[in-house]
Amino acid sequence: MSKPFTPKVVTANALLEGDVIYLTKDDQWSRSLKDAEVIEDEAHGDLRVLFGQSQRNDVVGVYLIDVTVTENGPEPTHFREEFRTKGPSNYNHGKQAELA
Amino acid sequence: MYQYNSFDRDFLAERNAQFRAQVERRIDGSLTEDEFKPLRLMNGLYLQLHAYMLRVAIPYGTLNGEQMDTLAMIADKWDKGYGHFTTRQNIQYNWPELRDVPDMLDALGEVGMHAIQTSGNTIRNVTSDHFAGAAADEIEDPRPTAELLRQWSTDHPEFQFLPRKFKIAVTGSPNDRAVTKAHDIGLRMVRNDAGEPGYEVIVGGGLGRTPMIGKVLRDFLPKADLLPYAEAIVSVYNLLGRRDNKYKARIKITVHENGIDTIRDLVEQRFELLRPQFGGVDQEMLKNIEAQFTAPDFLTSSVAPFKDAYHHDPVFRSWVDTNIEKHRNDDYAIVSISIKKQGQTPGDATSEQMRVMAEIAREFAHNELRISHEQNVILPHVHKSHLPEIHARLKAVELATANIGLISDIIACPGMDYCALATARSIPVAQQIATRFDELKLEHDIGELKIKISGCINACGHHHVGHIGILGLDRAGVENYQITLGGDHTETAEVGQRAGPGFAYDEIVPAIERIIDTYLDLRTDADEPFITAYRRLGMAPFKAALYPEVKADAA
Repeated sequence: MSKPFTPKVVTANALLEGDVIYLTKDDQWSRSLKDAEVIEDEAHGDLRVLFGQSQRNDVVGVYLIDVTVTENGPEPTHFREEFRTKGPSNYNHGKQAELA
Repeated sequence: MYQYNSFDRDFLAERNAQFRAQVERRIDGSLTEDEFKPLRLMNGLYLQLHAYMLRVAIPYGTLNGEQMDTLAMIADKWDKGYGHFTTRQNIQYNWPELRDVPDMLDALGEVGMHAIQTSGNTIRNVTSDHFAGAAADEIEDPRPTAELLRQWSTDHPEFQFLPRKFKIAVTGSPNDRAVTKAHDIGLRMVRNDAGEPGYEVIVGGGLGRTPMIGKVLRDFLPKADLLPYAEAIVSVYNLLGRRDNKYKARIKITVHENGIDTIRDLVEQRFELLRPQFGGVDQEMLKNIEAQFTAPDFLTSSVAPFKDAYHHDPVFRSWVDTNIEKHRNDDYAIVSISIKKQGQTPGDATSEQMRVMAEIAREFAHNELRISHEQNVILPHVHKSHLPEIHARLKAVELATANIGLISDIIACPGMDYCALATARSIPVAQQIATRFDELKLEHDIGELKIKISGCINACGHHHVGHIGILGLDRAGVENYQITLGGDHTETAEVGQRAGPGFAYDEIVPAIERIIDTYLDLRTDADEPFITAYRRLGMAPFKAALYPEVKADAA
């Protein structure tokens, strides 16, 4: 039996700034994970990744990340993705500074 | 130091113009990412976790004040006001935007610097002893050799697509400060029986997931044979090295699988073919290069102001005792500027700090600076009378930390705070260890100790050759840190032994503390350094301290 599908979000880096971005329901890219479309279905996930990859002049390195859905919106389950939502821990740079 | 000639300048300008056009074609959609990626990597541009990263080579770690000023200007204009100096004598900018990178490269080109071959499966930045040209124990300045290798390897048409990256280090001293035995090719200057200088050629060293200490391929190579011999090694590797498996593609595996004797035979055969083709042009080039590495005009004034300050100022004295190394001229000193104030990010310098160091170099240090593989900045030629003034100026910008070679002088890779390959963070671990032992006021009592931290198996933080090595891994979605003990990065290089199971993020600093407590308890006296004590005692007492529950179970 295959593992049950866990909620996911499509992420990438913006071509020009390199900044972490997330795919929204209305086919936009947001700098904030809060705005991301939460994908509950594997086939839909595949389609959204394909859509993301088709945006090849705007984004680089499209992939799915695991999230849990909380009252604050989706949150990453893995620490690597958590760092990507914030920025480095040694300086107040990146998203933690820009989105604050 | 080496000054670019018109050929160098034209080459760089043309290369930068090419890259500018490639960036434009990527942005307008003419190039896909798959097409663009190898082009940007050849020019030092990575895409990391949060942003692009530009890695700029500081060839053999040598730069002058103007170059340091340019690094500072770039940090302010196109980054966030700082740069990160690496274990391979590069500087990394963590926040450039794609559109700005061609301008950054042009600015570097203005002062004879570039980012070419700081990535990709090519010959990377040639590294060297950061005390080159100044050290009291040196046979010859290794930098002309390193510059010759830089010119030979840059855009070498045969070596742009090697099986894997290729790193060369050169040292001119019997005391190896360039970690030559952990490089694809390590060159150690030696003398033969007739007293002539030449190289011991070491091949197949490397860290990463399969750490290996390099093996001697030739115990004495005459200086004049260097380029054809190096070309022979790389071309044998280019044909023989594995391309089927990324993890078995480095020359260390080629040497390991084929045996050093087979490699030696192949290299010697190839060398015989290549040597006549060089026809002496390399030696003419070397002569021109050597002429640009003459010693500075050493001052002959009194060193009395130094002696006076040393006697009266305990803070200055502590800094001198810890951060100053013997120069070959008795009136001079080699100054190591620590860019590792406890709690700061190892290897990071702000633009203001860079400018102060550049100014000091111009005013007091014959306009020379070095970047060490240990991620510090060196003033190689300082007349001792200037030390008090230099110390005061460094202190004003938090650069006077007296910790060179001590527990807080930690090598740490960027780790998961920046790097896309990392499996765990390294910077905060380094910050916490340094802060903890500073609070305990134990640092100087502990004495000489090398802690090296990598945030993944690729070992950019040299953890295998740290007296205490820390490797950060991802264990089932949680950061986990493995400890190795007894590594050695010098001419007696050795890979450290794993102590046992890893520690969680919040357990790693207490674990290091238990190792240090054990050492302080068991050392013969304060003069026995950690590594000597470890060699005498072996792993057992440290293991018992690290894993007390295992000992309790066995009892």
